[in-house]
Amino acid sequence: MSYVETLQERIEGIEKGGQEKYHRKNEEKGKLFVRKRLELLFDDGMNIEDAFFANCLDDALPSDGVVTGIGKINGQSVCVMANDSTVKAGSWGKRTVEKIIRIQETAEKLEIPMLYLVDSAGARITDQIEMFPGRRGAGRIFHNQIKLSGRVPQVCLLFGPSAAGGAYIPAFCDIVIMVDGNASMYLGSPRMAEKVIGEKVSLEEMGGANMHCSVSGCGDVLVKTEEAAITYIQKYLSYFPANFREKPQTVDPKEIKSIEKTITELIPENQNAAFNMHDLIKKLIDEDSFCEVKKKFAPELITGLARLNGKSVGIIANQPRMKGGVLFPDSADKAAKFIQLCDAFNIPLLFLVDVPGFMIGTKVERAGIIRHGAKMLAAMSEATVPKISVIVRKAYGAGLYAMAGPAFEPDCCLALPMAQIAVMGPEAAVNAVYANKIAELPEEERPAFIKKMQDEYKDDIDIYRLASEMVIDAVVEPEKLRNELVRRFSIYEAKNITFTERKHGVYPV
Amino acid sequence: MEEIKASMAGSVWKITVSQGESVEEDQDIVILESMKMEIPIGAEEAGTVKEIKVAEGDFVNEGDVIAIIE
Repeated sequence: MSYVETLQERIEGIEKGGQEKYHRKNEEKGKLFVRKRLELLFDDGMNIEDAFFANCLDDALPSDGVVTGIGKINGQSVCVMANDSTVKAGSWGKRTVEKIIRIQETAEKLEIPMLYLVDSAGARITDQIEMFPGRRGAGRIFHNQIKLSGRVPQVCLLFGPSAAGGAYIPAFCDIVIMVDGNASMYLGSPRMAEKVIGEKVSLEEMGGANMHCSVSGCGDVLVKTEEAAITYIQKYLSYFPANFREKPQTVDPKEIKSIEKTITELIPENQNAAFNMHDLIKKLIDEDSFCEVKKKFAPELITGLARLNGKSVGIIANQPRMKGGVLFPDSADKAAKFIQLCDAFNIPLLFLVDVPGFMIGTKVERAGIIRHGAKMLAAMSEATVPKISVIVRKAYGAGLYAMAGPAFEPDCCLALPMAQIAVMGPEAAVNAVYANKIAELPEEERPAFIKKMQDEYKDDIDIYRLASEMVIDAVVEPEKLRNELVRRFSIYEAKNITFTERKHGVYPV
Repeated sequence: MEEIKASMAGSVWKITVSQGESVEEDQDIVILESMKMEIPIGAEEAGTVKEIKVAEGDFVNEGDVIAIIE
């Protein structure tokens, strides 16, 4: 055989990945081969692949179970590491870890996004001394992720398990897409849980995709197929620049068609009645431009990327349709991360406010709602990208603060004519101030008294009074809100500020 | 069978369906009142109301079963 023939033969062997039976097993679960995933992900395949021959002297470990390289998505080069679960279940050996570390270092040098396509059983115990404890052991992967965080977008597509220490790869990504039924994240397997703590539980229940995307919040987007995961991430990345130094690309704006009702028709006058905030979002953003993040987790607060006249914007909106739009520990936590994400990559923020306040009661106090709420306030306050808050209906109590109220230096605080800003709503306020007085009155006189006091209270917090006091910067006609936002964001684009000088703040986490 | 659970603590303000009624996905089953807000609790999938486990005025905690849809 000639040198070239030997090379060709070796390449073909490695490209096939692991044994045929593991390919079949993956197929049965609806899992694609790692090279197929990459073909679907990139515009025109992998442009560069390094360490293809890693561990090539061992026929059982092609590429040492991970593919690393560079390809283009939406015309932008990105670095990728992708586990091959047909090779020893995608486990990490010494060279696997070194390959992942090297591609991260490349992402850092080139300042381009880093993608993690995870499908791995975890550490290869036989290699543990070489891959676990040392300077360039697996810990270094997480150290690099932490260092890369906020410099370049880091995303995780979770196609299979992400076990034990490996579960920290998704944890340090900006966003985690999980394929329902196949993706999982856990520190100890159900088998281990039974042995060590005596708990009997299924993998799905303990660390499944649905659980993580709706309960723990470790997952952000739940999809049915691997193809859907890839399509989502291609769309997601289109809102981002390659790194923190650049601004997101502008695309051609799309006119809104989908909703016939006017904004005034969409929003019920009664402050207590629910409506679907998604309808209002659709009335404001470019058609089909919404890319929701954490849809199933804490749905009382909507977070998502969108385009306003072709430009990226991050939306944080209370959802009165779910839990009354009240803020909970999880919603505050969700907002804090999303705000940080947008601020890191120069994506302006739009707050759509219709919030009765933070939840009260024993359950949330025990869950540390004050600590979690403070986290949201800190992230929002520290964000230096252009930010606009729109008081859609009500902004009560600390809800006003958390949603970029006037004291937190939004570039402007706008209000629709039906807006109400107050420490609390009229019902609660009258109750709090006049509880004793109401109790003293004969029962038949109470309703009239309460109504009178509520009306006085409403006059006191009238939106024009707040406009007169310059609490809000403008009262905007609902149907003109989109134009107002487009105009203001395009002017605020010039904003270039530093929040403050120090090493870093000490915030609740 | 689907259990409809309270999404947050509050009191049952209005029950909008009756036993035996067929409901569509997302249709409101009950409306809670909490934090001075109306909190609609909808069906996650279409079906028939098998049982309503609360009465108007009841206090419910987050996670309490409100109704069962079949």
